Parts: sequence; structure tokens; C-alpha cells
Amino acid sequence: MSESEAIRQQNADLSRLNEDYATRYGFRDPVDYFHKGARGLSHEVVEMITRMKNEPRWMAERRHEALDIFYAKPMPKWGNTKLLGEIDFDNIYYFMKPIENQQASWDDVPEYIRKTFDKLGIPEAEKNFLGGVSAQYESEVVYHSMKEDLKKQGVIFLDMDSGLREHEEIVRKYFGTVIPSTDNKFASLNTAVWSGGSFIYVPPGVDVKIPLQAYFRINAENMGQFERTLIIADKGSRVHYIEGCTAPVYSTDSLHSAVVELIALEGAYIRYTTIQNWARNIYNLVTKRATAHKNATVEWVDGNLGSRLTMKYPCIQLVGEGARGEILSVAFAGVDQHQDAGAKVIHAAPRTSSRITSKSISKDNGRASYRGLVKVHKNAVNTKVSVECDALLIGEDARSDTYPTMEIDNEQVRVEHEARVSKVAEEQLFYLTSRGLSEDEARLLIVNGFMEPFTKELPLEYAVELNRLIELEMEGSIG
Amino acid sequence: MSHRTTLFELKDIHVEVEDKEVVKGVSLKVKAGEVHAIMGPNGSGKSSLSNALMGHPGYEITSGEAYLQGHSILEMPPDERSRAGLFLAFQYPLAVPGVTVANFLRAALKAHRGPEADMSDFRRLLKREMAALSIDPSFATRYLNDGFSGGEKKRVEILQMSVLNPKMALLDETDSGLDIDALKTVSGGINRFHNADNGILLVTHYQRLLNYVQPDFVHVMLGGRLVKSGGPELALKLEENGYDWVEQETGLTAEV
Repeated sequence: MSESEAIRQQNADLSRLNEDYATRYGFRDPVDYFHKGARGLSHEVVEMITRMKNEPRWMAERRHEALDIFYAKPMPKWGNTKLLGEIDFDNIYYFMKPIENQQASWDDVPEYIRKTFDKLGIPEAEKNFLGGVSAQYESEVVYHSMKEDLKKQGVIFLDMDSGLREHEEIVRKYFGTVIPSTDNKFASLNTAVWSGGSFIYVPPGVDVKIPLQAYFRINAENMGQFERTLIIADKGSRVHYIEGCTAPVYSTDSLHSAVVELIALEGAYIRYTTIQNWARNIYNLVTKRATAHKNATVEWVDGNLGSRLTMKYPCIQLVGEGARGEILSVAFAGVDQHQDAGAKVIHAAPRTSSRITSKSISKDNGRASYRGLVKVHKNAVNTKVSVECDALLIGEDARSDTYPTMEIDNEQVRVEHEARVSKVAEEQLFYLTSRGLSEDEARLLIVNGFMEPFTKELPLEYAVELNRLIELEMEGSIG
Repeated sequence: MSHRTTLFELKDIHVEVEDKEVVKGVSLKVKAGEVHAIMGPNGSGKSSLSNALMGHPGYEITSGEAYLQGHSILEMPPDERSRAGLFLAFQYPLAVPGVTVANFLRAALKAHRGPEADMSDFRRLLKREMAALSIDPSFATRYLNDGFSGGEKKRVEILQMSVLNPKMALLDETDSGLDIDALKTVSGGINRFHNADNGILLVTHYQRLLNYVQPDFVHVMLGGRLVKSGGPELALKLEENGYDWVEQETGLTAEV
């Protein structure tokens, strides 16, 4: 077989990537919503949202102010400006409330929604290895629960709307402090129309030993999901939060635009794991940022499969001496997909350290970009920075770009930087097949191996799930 | 050894790389229990021959026949050749990041034994073979050839051979890049693998490996052909006098 033939064959095998998405995740539910607003965005829509939620006036004002900022701000000039230009903000539903009240028992969730989460395996995961679960459907969290012992330790895990109602003082103190609404156009949009998301507060010294999870499901066509998450880990506490996302397959686009703010106070530890597998008609434009105080640690573990366009650059601001940040991200870009993912770390205190590991796989005409920024301020002496980007290309039309930026304003910094692009090459396949593995088995082994530094960081159940997703995406090859 | 059955047979093999003929008619018979060595200077076509026999897509066998235990192998893709009992120890083994030596070998052995096969002996087998090759146990969980030294890669090639236990092993420049201790260990592994039922074809530039792995036959490859065959003494003569005298005697040049 010539090289081009081999590549054609490879493309044919891999074109079936995620092809069963429609049956596995892409099913749609018939809807009977408590409230379904009109399409389009205006101050009236914002006012309707805030009134329905019966929010304090300061929040309503924040929203209106943010909407004006959204109108005034230009679209980002980076990422994929062509696809961004295709978003029709007038055609999106900004608020859909599926049921009147959130439930604490799956039995009380309407059957069609419960079945959705059943199919996604959420109640089972909850039983087996989670400390708490939040399930958001369209704009609001429909199910929420947390284990009793965590409640007793003072851990707060609520949907964001309830968080604002029940802990207004904490929300007011931290909301928008890590990501102001002026940050970027989609952060202002989220601030204007946010709904749902998670609010977590872990008291000083409390170690939440099992993960808390939120699952975000978009069901309707042309839906805009704008969850807002705020996690505060108080001094010396520890928490691991996991989010997952899917949506049905439609011919027209939906928008997912979340804002996630993390605050790790002195000595605290937060790990935030994302495994998203959006349908291919979803625009996924998310702003995620963390502030790590003295000796605190923040880790973003970010897995991006699916979507039409993802633009997401989890950020850590190391503001306290000895703070540590780690960002580990993978992106899988298949047919007609663009994953513009990356990482940002701001070193603003001495003795801080950060590590960025980015892995991307592009296949067919998929495109994966790494866009990163590491900024080391003048005062951040004795700082360590490590950036490693790895791209794997499958097929001759696949594309990978790397846009790393480093701004280092002092000399007492140790920097390591590596970037590699590799192809699933004929030579590598030959080596593995010469040991008796079929070409498909060999290709899967290479891809799984490439992802291994990421999957080994996931809780076992999620690593298994991710490997299964990849295997499905590579299927057809597997026979 | 003439009563033994023919294990591996090549009939007039021609190989092209990028439309250039690099092997110009090689015939060879390896009987069960035999060790053959093909020696030749750089560019004589010996590595092309071994890659082509394993089924490398960049090396096209344009004519000729090859049989392993009486079965024609040239229509088989590399994985079938492997499962049929052919093995190639690579001159430059590639790294496969993220795939551990143990996981890789388990997958390969399973491919040989079939999906339903019992693999409960795998751990013990791997441990034993690693110990025999003086490979540190930690290598089982290291990524295949990733960051391995030249010598470590060669040892792990021999480890793969020992675990998969092929009928016919082609060893392509397995001695290159080895210091004397590593050479002894690797040769020990080859000798340990060798038995009356399998065959070995050593492809090498130098004679020194043959001090440790005694060949039954030595063939000299020049210009894509086997131009001279003999016993072990031929290797010693090449070591002493180089390849020039063969070129003069046969009127051929080394390079294809």
C-alpha cells in the first residue's frame, strides 16, 4: 500500500469518529417546558430572567450593565473569526426553564428528563462514586443532591441560583471578581443572562474526598446555555469537581457559553475536571479562570471532544507566594470541527510554579489549535514554568496550530518549553503491525497512548469512559 | 542437518524502493534449527531485504516468492506475517509514547494467541524473559522505546522476540550501537531463543555478533545480491580483509 493509500484508508476508518453520537448522546426529548422564552436578546429578556429568579436588585443591575458591555464589545479577533461571525444571536433562546422546581430525588424529576440522565449514566455514577450531583437541563438545574456527611462538614454545593438565594453575602463577595463582565464578549453575555451552574463553598480545612459532579445537558434546538459556576475553597481545604456535557444533534447551531470562577484561598486545593462531548452543532465558548492564593494549588483537567467550535483557555492567576497551577488539556478535532483550546497562567507572586500540558488530535479536516499565554510579573521571582504541547495528526488534511506566548519580566525564572507535532505515521503502524496487531488495533493503541498522560489523571471511571469514547470515535477501524 | 525441514525459503526476491531496485534476486533456504547471517557493507540492500520480507509498505517486492513453513507470505499484511511466525528485530525501533512495554506486549501476544486465549501466564512470562535479558523490571511500565538508549531498544526488541516466540526471526543490525556487555546480553537472548525448530537470519555489517551467535551459514550481500556463501570462516575473513576482495573476486560493487 502506498502512503497516500494508507492515509486514505486511515481517513475512511476514522471518518466514522463519534458517528454513533446521535444514538448515544444525540437523542432529543419531547418538550413540555414550564417556561420557554422567545428567541433573541434584549434588556427585556434580561429583566424577565432576573424577575423569574426573583433575584436581588444588585444582580439585576449587574446583568443589565453586562448586556450593555456585550453590545459594545467586538467579537474576539482570535480563534475562528469566520465561525464566530456565523453565530446568530437573534435566533437563540436565552432562557428555558424545564420544570418549576428543582428536585432532590430522581423520582420527582419528570420522566422524559430522568430518562435522559439515566441514559447518560448520571444516577448510577452518583450511587457509586460521587459526593454530590447537579444535573442541569437547558437553563436550570433540575436535580441536585449531596451526601449528608458533606453537608454536616459545612460544605455548600448548590446550583448557582440557589447559591445566590441562600448565600447572597458569599456570592456578592466573589461573583465576577475573577472574571469581570468586561473580560470578553462572551463573559459579558454570560453575566447578562447566566442561569444555573454550580456554587460550591468548602469551609477551612475540609477535605472533600470524593468528587462532586455537575452534568450539563442541552436539549432544545438553538438553545443558549449560560451556566455560571463559582467555587471557593477556603483555607487548607480540598475539592475535586467534575463536569460533563452533551447535547442532541440538530442541523442548526446552539451556543454554550459558561463562566467558571475558582478561588483557592491559602493552602487550598481545587481540581476541576471537564469531559465534554458536545454535539457537532454546538458553539462552545467558555471562560474559565482561577485565582490561587498563598501555597494554594489549582488544577484544570480539561478534555474537549465534540462541538463545532470550542474556544476555551482555562487560566490560573497565581497571586500568592508558593501557589501552584497545572493545566492539562486534550482536544479531539474531527470532521469540520475546530478546537481552539489552550491555557493561561499569570505568575504574580514569588516562588510560584506552573505546568501546562496540551495534547491535541486532529483527524480528517479537523483543526486543533493551542493558544497559550504565560506571564511572569516582575515580582514573581524564583518561579518555575513548564509548557508542553503535543499534536497528533491523523490523515493528510488534519491541521494543528500552536500559538504560544511567554511574557517574562524578571530573570529568576526557570522555563521549559516543548512543542511537538507528530503524525500517526506509516512507520509507527508498521512497527506495531509487525508484532501481530491489526492496523486498527495499532492505530487505537497509538491514539490511546498519546492521550495517556491525560487519562491517567482522571478518576478510573472517567478514564474508562474517555477511552471508550475514543475507541468509539476510532470505530469502524475496530470491526 | 539435511534431514531437517525447510522453514523459510526465498526464491529470486526483487525489491524496489521508490522505483529503484535495491534487491536484485535473492534466493535462500533456512532449515529448522539453522542460523544464517547475511553480511554486507552499507547500501548493499540487506536492510531493504529484511524490511520487505516483513511487509514494510515502503519496500515493494516486485517479483519472487517467499515461504514460511511452506506458506506463501507475500500476499499477507505485516500483522498476518507476524501471526504466521515471522519476526523482524528492527535496526531503529520507534518510540510509542503512552503505551507501556507490558501493555504493548500483552496486546501483541493476545493478537497471536487469539481473542479468547488465556493470558494468565503473561505476567510471569514477561518477568522471566526480562530477567533473562537483564532488563530492569521497571521497564515493563515504561513507554515503549520512549527515551530508551540504543542498547535498551535492542534488548527490548529481543524481549519481544522471546515473548512472541516466532518460527523465523530476522534480526536487522541488532548488534549496532551495543557496547560489549550489552552485546553479550543480547547474544545470550538470541541463543536462548534459538532451538531446533526455529530459524534465525542475522543481518549485519560486522562480524563481532557472530563471535557470540554462531552462524551455520554466512552469505555476503553486494549490490542487492548474495554473491558468496560459506561457513563461519567466511565471516572471519570479511572481518580481517573487509569487502574489497569480494568485490574484486565477483566484479561487483557494494552499492546497489
